[in-house]
Amino acid sequence: MKNKRGKTAFKYIKLTNKVINSLLKYNTIFIFISLVIVSSLASNVFFTERNIFNLLRQVTGIGIISMGMLLVILTGGIDLSVGSVLALASVLSAHFLLSMSLPAAIVLTILIGVLLGCVSGYLVSIRRMAPFVVTLALMTIARGFAFIASKGSPILLKESGAALKSFGSNYWLKIPQPVILMFVVFIIIFLILKYTVFGRLLVAIGSNETSVRLSGIQVWIYKFLAYSISGAFAAIAGIISTARTGVGSAVVGVGFELDAIAAVVIGGASLSGGRGTAVNTLLGVFILGMIGNIMNLKNVPAYPQQVIKGLIIIFAVLLQGIQRRLDKE
Amino acid sequence: MSETYRVEMTGITKSFGGVHALNNVSFKVRAGQIHALVGENGAGKSTLVKILSGAYQKDKGQIKIDGRVVNVSSPHMGRKLGIGMIYQEFALVPDLTVAENIYLEHLGSKKGLINFSKLYRNAGELIKSIGFDINPRSVVGELSVAYQQVVEITKALSENARILIVDEPTAVLAPREAERLFEVLSKLKEQDVSIIYISHRLDEIFKIADMVTVFKDGSVTGVVAPADVTTDDIISMMIGRKLTAMFPERQSRIGEEIFRAEDLNSGKKVRNVSFSVRAGEVLGIAGLAGSGRTETARAIFGADPRDTGKIILDDSVLELDSPRDAVKSGIAFVPEDRKEQGVILSMSLRENVTMPSLWKISGRTGLIKKTREKKLTRYLIKKLAIKAGGTETRVADLSGGNQQKVVLAKWLGADCRLIILDEPTRGVDVGAKVEIYNLINELAENGLGIVVISSEMTEVIGICDRVLVMREGKVQGILEKEQLSEENIMRLAIGEK
Repeated sequence: MKNKRGKTAFKYIKLTNKVINSLLKYNTIFIFISLVIVSSLASNVFFTERNIFNLLRQVTGIGIISMGMLLVILTGGIDLSVGSVLALASVLSAHFLLSMSLPAAIVLTILIGVLLGCVSGYLVSIRRMAPFVVTLALMTIARGFAFIASKGSPILLKESGAALKSFGSNYWLKIPQPVILMFVVFIIIFLILKYTVFGRLLVAIGSNETSVRLSGIQVWIYKFLAYSISGAFAAIAGIISTARTGVGSAVVGVGFELDAIAAVVIGGASLSGGRGTAVNTLLGVFILGMIGNIMNLKNVPAYPQQVIKGLIIIFAVLLQGIQRRLDKE
Repeated sequence: MSETYRVEMTGITKSFGGVHALNNVSFKVRAGQIHALVGENGAGKSTLVKILSGAYQKDKGQIKIDGRVVNVSSPHMGRKLGIGMIYQEFALVPDLTVAENIYLEHLGSKKGLINFSKLYRNAGELIKSIGFDINPRSVVGELSVAYQQVVEITKALSENARILIVDEPTAVLAPREAERLFEVLSKLKEQDVSIIYISHRLDEIFKIADMVTVFKDGSVTGVVAPADVTTDDIISMMIGRKLTAMFPERQSRIGEEIFRAEDLNSGKKVRNVSFSVRAGEVLGIAGLAGSGRTETARAIFGADPRDTGKIILDDSVLELDSPRDAVKSGIAFVPEDRKEQGVILSMSLRENVTMPSLWKISGRTGLIKKTREKKLTRYLIKKLAIKAGGTETRVADLSGGNQQKVVLAKWLGADCRLIILDEPTRGVDVGAKVEIYNLINELAENGLGIVVISSEMTEVIGICDRVLVMREGKVQGILEKEQLSEENIMRLAIGEK
């Protein structure tokens, strides 16, 4: 009898262990789902169509730049310039629209984002400078250019910018268009990482650059491309910012680079490279967005919000640490 | 009454994962003597001194210091017992001053404050006591290597070391600097310090050592006084008995020359190296650790920049500036440190073996064709008999031998004409070794040129058609098949005539 009970207890322990293990393994989804549950219990406004779209619209910018950030972080680098590139793109798109057609303005703005990304990519991959330092410098430079281009005051979209403005506020199949764009970007990155040589090698480079180099692969090209894509995405996010607000402003996107890094890290990526997925990064973006959203709904003042946000980031990364240690054993 | 030794190690046994690094070794050093340790790479010298200094723990045996049984449980404990160890790579902090480095572990008073004038004075006196004049205020990183070594020795003395272990100290020194070091060592000897001296250079040992202990395959094969023996005696003790035949028979069919390196120079460790490899030939590169073998391979492969030199493959001069160029031209390289340089541990077997050929598999679109990839991986697993759960097994979960096969598999998937293998069987068990030898033979039979760098002389002799011996970055000689013997290789490697 006693033995039997012991066996059941053992089974029970084994089962809970399994549950805990899978919770740890899929901790990003776990945190995401618990937040959804907590939020819908805490506020009956949370699960309304209006609030969900609000939330999605709010995270669009971070969502897009996080996807570029993910590529860079996978190589073991970091891109601190994205928030400033976003602001520069916001100002430039509004500025270009004063004298150009919409497609030309968009293409030119994105090209400038790519160019800035190329500068970071060149300095990091060919000149072998530290990514943190390079992109920190680019962050200041891009912000400076944004102020210069806007001459210190926001540029309002006029008649010529009406098309862009309507993109920012219109819906497609009842979904805000910028949100659709974010999902498109996500799907592209998801496919790149899953099915292309480029994606595979990015992860490989982040895991062990020497091995990849000694396999006869030109490492610098891949790193260079990661930074260029990050620049392009930051520019796209900047154009969306202008589209949504109708204003090209040099003060938008401050601190976005940190939110994007946080989203990637909450998604389980390693800052030393080689680990991270597009799906988890998107979940990380939603988690960050939801935290802000629910606290706004519950009228939590802005300052405590920041503290709570930070604590949740620590919690998420802590869980990953435990999971990794278990994984090793 | 028996004599009391400064160090007395008896019955020391140590194994790493089933392999005996030391088997029932006894070793004694008298006070105030210089005692040399010699032997091939991996013979057990370093393991023994690491056990003495506390870096490793012995499995069996006893250590006595001045007749008292001690338990050296950590390097810290070792230092407390008066054992100072000078490593080949110095453990100095380059940005601190000489005095700060010497007293690094007891810099301040109990209050945590540093009395700098006292610090400098003490350091200065200590340096003078071994006959040198180095300003204790100079920054260590700006000193010459020889002076850094003196600082390292002084540091050990400041901790009252009575036993000083020096591991290949002259490998990094110019001849005149080495002379200075010998002066220091004899001065320490006069002060009753015992010195354990590891070196490959027999001429030095004859010059300064009082006693020599010779190691071979984890056992002591001789304890002699240099005055009583000749270099030949010591070399024959180092080589000892023959190993059992584990090298597969092979009929080499050697064809035309396919590869030639001419007058290669790269950094300090590759000097005017020239050699050639013929189709179907296995060329060995032997030499002691640090003789420039790996650096030569890396220079050919484009992993390190070349200062001068021509690389010729199939009669055309190659412009190789990167590993990518080398791979494109048909040169492959299996690096010595497979975990750091050969494989990506966190990725699957499939993702590892297809790495060099990924673009070829995918074609111009850049989309990975997974079915083709899996097919290739399964083929390679079968061909190399890699023991793994499947194509998706993480490489970190494979044994050392199988990881090495993964690195080889990478290059079988990509076309190549010349394969350079750096220590292909290091840390691999005997069974996997034989399989790797068979694979090398098979590749050679298919007309490839093979270069094998190895520290195991029996291996070099067993599998190579010709052996090039390097010493201090230069080609010391090339031995033909009939000239191959451990003795001939060792003579060239240590520069004996």
